[in-house]
Amino acid sequence: MDTSLQRRLLSRWLLLGSFVVAACLLALAGLALGPVAMAPQRVVSTLLGDGNTVETAIIWAIRLPRLVLACAVGSALAVSGTALQGVLRNPLADPGLIGVTAGASLGAVTVIVLGEKLAEGLPTQFLPWLLPTAAFLGAGSVLAAVSGFSRRHGQTSVATLILVGVAMNAIAVAVIGMLVYVSTDDQLRDLTFWTMGALGGAGWPLVLVATGLTALTLPLLMAQARSLDLFQLGERAAFHTGVGVEAVKRRIMLATAVALGAVTAAAGPIGFIGLVAPHLARLVFGTRHGILLPAAMVLGICLTLVADLTVRLVVPPAEPPLGLATSLIGGPFFLWLLLRRRRDLHGGTGNSRRGGGEGMGRA
Amino acid sequence: MKRRFVLLAISAFGAMMGLAWVPPSLGEPNPQRIVVAGGDLTEIIFALDAGQRVIGVDTTSTWPERTKELPQIGYLRRLSSEGVLSLDPDLLIAADDAGPAIVLQQLRTAGVPIAQAPETERAGDVASKIRFVGEVLGLEEEAAALARQYNKELSAVMAKVATLEQQPRVLFILSIQGNALLVGGEGTSADEMIRLAGGRNVAAAVNGYKPMGREAILDLNPEVVLMMSHAASRLGGAERLLERPDLAPTAAGMNGRIVTMDGMRLLGFGPRTPAAVAELARALHPQAAATAGL
Repeated sequence: MDTSLQRRLLSRWLLLGSFVVAACLLALAGLALGPVAMAPQRVVSTLLGDGNTVETAIIWAIRLPRLVLACAVGSALAVSGTALQGVLRNPLADPGLIGVTAGASLGAVTVIVLGEKLAEGLPTQFLPWLLPTAAFLGAGSVLAAVSGFSRRHGQTSVATLILVGVAMNAIAVAVIGMLVYVSTDDQLRDLTFWTMGALGGAGWPLVLVATGLTALTLPLLMAQARSLDLFQLGERAAFHTGVGVEAVKRRIMLATAVALGAVTAAAGPIGFIGLVAPHLARLVFGTRHGILLPAAMVLGICLTLVADLTVRLVVPPAEPPLGLATSLIGGPFFLWLLLRRRRDLHGGTGNSRRGGGEGMGRA
Repeated sequence: MKRRFVLLAISAFGAMMGLAWVPPSLGEPNPQRIVVAGGDLTEIIFALDAGQRVIGVDTTSTWPERTKELPQIGYLRRLSSEGVLSLDPDLLIAADDAGPAIVLQQLRTAGVPIAQAPETERAGDVASKIRFVGEVLGLEEEAAALARQYNKELSAVMAKVATLEQQPRVLFILSIQGNALLVGGEGTSADEMIRLAGGRNVAAAVNGYKPMGREAILDLNPEVVLMMSHAASRLGGAERLLERPDLAPTAAGMNGRIVTMDGMRLLGFGPRTPAAVAELARALHPQAAATAGL
């Protein structure tokens, strides 16, 4: 084997390793930094169970669930985004495009507006689960509808799938609009904030469910790396190399629906990461999915943690919505990377994915 | 490894639930470091002369002026648990609609006593809200006096308003959504204030704040347009608003009758409400108000 290729591969994995280290450092920062100043040794002893009431509450009830959820959100959005972009061979594919986000929002908004009527007769311990469950079901059913409508004679047409996604988006947004119209003042404020996304709004049970579902789907998506590589040759070519094209599509749609539904249910729709983390990973690590999927996951986690730290620390004691930060930080960074990359290559990569322009459009 | 972590997390959560009890007496009998989420509650605390105990307020607390210098904990429905904790309060007084619920729960877990005020939808409920704040602050007598004074002022204003014969048709505009006016219908604070000040809410047929089409507004033909002053100035000033094609042909547009009032004063239902009702009544009945003694 070519030694230079080996060296390049090695250096890529090393680079990935350094991103993992960065993610770990950010995670530590996520535990150590916040509006309440806590000395690092206090954080450690609180983690070991030695803190006072306030410290224990800050670490165990506030920062830790938030950190875990941030990791789940970052990895679910980034890996799903990468897999969707790969399988649809469309650099614009993100959870929003195929209607998952709109579906989850529809579920959540339905509960916020009609929740009192829906909740009648339900046992009270189920009430906190009503909104996340509805968001999850909303995401799942929209995705089921999208893949159902776009299948014909046992084949899924990618172009149709995207167009059906657009249509489902429009329908979901229209229904949300109707619900907004009948909502009261309080409900309107609630749903406005829900649609901006937040990591601080979920307690342990919800965080653990979302993280668990994400952890279940990630290996499933990672396992499709080889098929996704072959998909880039075109579906027909992939089919002739022995890839079960339809099965791969089904598996990816299902896994992304579960992961995206779970994290959106817990954190609300968080834009940009699902689109940008894959592109960032592709700019740095190239297009092989074997390294792209884990790289996107690590970058997604890093982006989410940076955004979360920012909203926590920028105007304490208040806290702006996370969705604003992901776009405000991710956007310029992405643009910078893209421009630098272009200069380095003297515009000589005509066939590489031109994700930048489209990416900014979504932001 | 992962499983051990999950178990650890679950047991920590269990421990947390054990800690998450609310002290029935609401902690300190005489709290000195108070964070307030709710502009009306802030006004009451300052009216009780306990403003120096307030160490943080939410974005709806805009009066008195001094509150602007205090740390801002954000919007009352979107509080941040760590943000509140960083101020090290010994009490959080929150409006009934403050939240989200998980944040309040986390704050209780961290040992911050939370006093949540009763809901106030009518001017008549303010007295009980004042007494509630007094109880929480250990200022029962002062609060009882303030509540009595409030009720006296409110009934004095109401008695004068009752002598007014005309009931001008009033349209409250919250803001502009898209290009439609967002009007205050039945059940809104604006509706209550218009009624108290001797006006008739022309938008009472709709419920809550709703966008209203141009023709519908022409059909309602309001005589007076009522707005919050910051909303009016954001939308280009009162005069510009009346030039809109859906307002210009109405009685209000032709006579240039638009009333703007500070939002918190107009809709906040706090100690300033009787004065706000009187001010609005004067604006709605410029001629008759003087004879009514307003």
